[in-house]
Amino acid sequence: MSLMKSLLAGSALTVLTAGLALAEPALIYDLGGKFDKSFNEAAYMGAQRWVEETGGSYRELEMQSEAQREQALRRLAEAGANPIVMVGFAFGDVLTKIAGDYPETNFAIIDMVVEAPNVQSVVFTEEEGSYLAGVMAGMASESGTVGFIGGMDIPLIHKFHCGFAQGFKSVQAEGNVLMNFTGTTPAAWNDPVRGGELTRAQVSQGADVIYAAAGGTGIGVLQTAADQGILSIGVDSNQNALHPGQVLTSMVKRVDNAVFDAFTAGAEIEPGVKVMDLAAGGVDVAIDENNDELVTDEMQAAIDEAKAAIASGEVEVHDYMTDNTCPAA
Amino acid sequence: MILKDSLIAVIVLAICVIWALADGAAAQQGIGSALRLMTPLLLACLAGLYSERAGVFDIGLEGKMLMAAFTAASVAYLTGSAWLGLAAGIAGSLSLSLIHGLASITFMGNQLISGVAINFLASGLTVLVGQNAFGLGGRTPALTGTGRFQPITLPFAETLRGVPVLGPIYSGLISGQTVLVYVAFAMVPLTWWVLFRTRFGLRLRAVGENPASVDTAGVSVTRLRYTAVAICGVLTGIAGAYLATGLSAGFVKEMTAGRGFIALAALIFAKWRPWQALFATFLFGLLEAIANLYPNLDLGIITVPSMFMNALPYILTVVILAGFVGRAIPPRAGGEPYVKER
Repeated sequence: MSLMKSLLAGSALTVLTAGLALAEPALIYDLGGKFDKSFNEAAYMGAQRWVEETGGSYRELEMQSEAQREQALRRLAEAGANPIVMVGFAFGDVLTKIAGDYPETNFAIIDMVVEAPNVQSVVFTEEEGSYLAGVMAGMASESGTVGFIGGMDIPLIHKFHCGFAQGFKSVQAEGNVLMNFTGTTPAAWNDPVRGGELTRAQVSQGADVIYAAAGGTGIGVLQTAADQGILSIGVDSNQNALHPGQVLTSMVKRVDNAVFDAFTAGAEIEPGVKVMDLAAGGVDVAIDENNDELVTDEMQAAIDEAKAAIASGEVEVHDYMTDNTCPAA
Repeated sequence: MILKDSLIAVIVLAICVIWALADGAAAQQGIGSALRLMTPLLLACLAGLYSERAGVFDIGLEGKMLMAAFTAASVAYLTGSAWLGLAAGIAGSLSLSLIHGLASITFMGNQLISGVAINFLASGLTVLVGQNAFGLGGRTPALTGTGRFQPITLPFAETLRGVPVLGPIYSGLISGQTVLVYVAFAMVPLTWWVLFRTRFGLRLRAVGENPASVDTAGVSVTRLRYTAVAICGVLTGIAGAYLATGLSAGFVKEMTAGRGFIALAALIFAKWRPWQALFATFLFGLLEAIANLYPNLDLGIITVPSMFMNALPYILTVVILAGFVGRAIPPRAGGEPYVKER
């Protein structure tokens, strides 16, 4: 019986490996789903760009539940995919656990630092991008009160808030930044109804620019902000086109560049921490035909000035995750 | 007895009055928000009430609302009409209701398992169909104009605005809601009347307590239970349509975010009675609105974090179930398929 079992397991493994003689890269999306118009979709765009430029092919997997993470990673590693790129901080624990089991395979994880000799950890300086968004909000706000609506209450999202608050206070030192989180479970990423009510609550407290870092919940925030006639700021992907003329900007995180770079490096991907900051084009505020009327010359000048100040080290944007405090708020 | 039955109502009204006295403007915004947030809960709660009073437990409220939200948003987007969307939402939810009825009434399956299956089915199917139809990752495109239910301004809202107390309540809270909110509130007395003042209601309640006696009287148990399950489908359909086309502008995957389960909690909290359901869902809506407006509520002595407010509906339900405040006794024949003795 046990012989039969191992024979079967062996043959199953061969079948898996045979389909993948060449080391193809692989991409694993997180629970938000491949076409979330946000984080995961940006990763997909990066992979597609790589396909167009090199003509290569890659494997992809979409997570459906928390329990699949380890199995998915092991399956891809055993099938010989290399490198394996995973999108999202939630893979951190699993990767820490299994990276040592596959020393020949290289991994890249986005938004999380995992210490292992065969792992590249790609982190973004969201606080810098959020700082720029905060500067724009400070220039645009007439009431002196702006709002921040986060998805799930985790340190990574506090990092967005903290940079935003610091940027806003650099323009309006006496201003007020409201902060709300949608929830403490992953359901908080997909609750546009609650996002809308939080927006109304902040508007009633005087906010006239609201920054949403909340995945699918953000759709409800941007919608309600547009309905209420105030400005909003999108996140991750460029969301300016969702409500043209009513979204002040989007704090874009170039996850696509990170995936593209990882795929291009292939199996020789460099282990260690890779920081995608403002200078490296990792984060930015999106300005396109949908919001150029909102961005005045003064505002543009302030953005350029802030960028230069961050690049020269004159302004140091505080990273919430280093000490879990936010001096600006 | 009367005091005990109206305990929730007293608590809810006390919260509203204290809030209004402490900070009038915030209270008006918050209570308005509570009214919007409670509407889907109230509809789903009444839906569960019909079904469970007839002896069919339904934990698939969440899935049915989700399916209704999806079909309503899709059709409203494609036709540009919120009303057609509402019809589609009811149809979508009704079809899942009939599956539930088929599994648990006709085939005498386990009602809880059928409900769980419906939740999974809705969660997967909406994203799959949505992705294939619109290519937006299970989202539907944003609805505009007539694709959404717009707020209605009631007559005299502007004239009465200046009147103290009554003015803010009438013009700020009662007026300016979408039509589905009024439908939801009208369902409460209607449900009470149907259940407790009509022959159909008497039979419906009897079939949940003692189906054999109903059968003896020559009334079809199967037919009554199917009717109850269908009414449940219609009400969850309105709830889902309100979520997608009234409160927000389109469908986002898993957008019900546990509201079906909170509605179930409210149903137990209300001990399967319509007026109590109104106040239970209003209380839950208020709690959410307070958590939204005050992330850290400072009560002077202690600071209440919003997480606690969000957990409170479940805590209160457990307290009720534990029998501290009266007892919550479900319909006696609930959960049991009816087998005619041969």
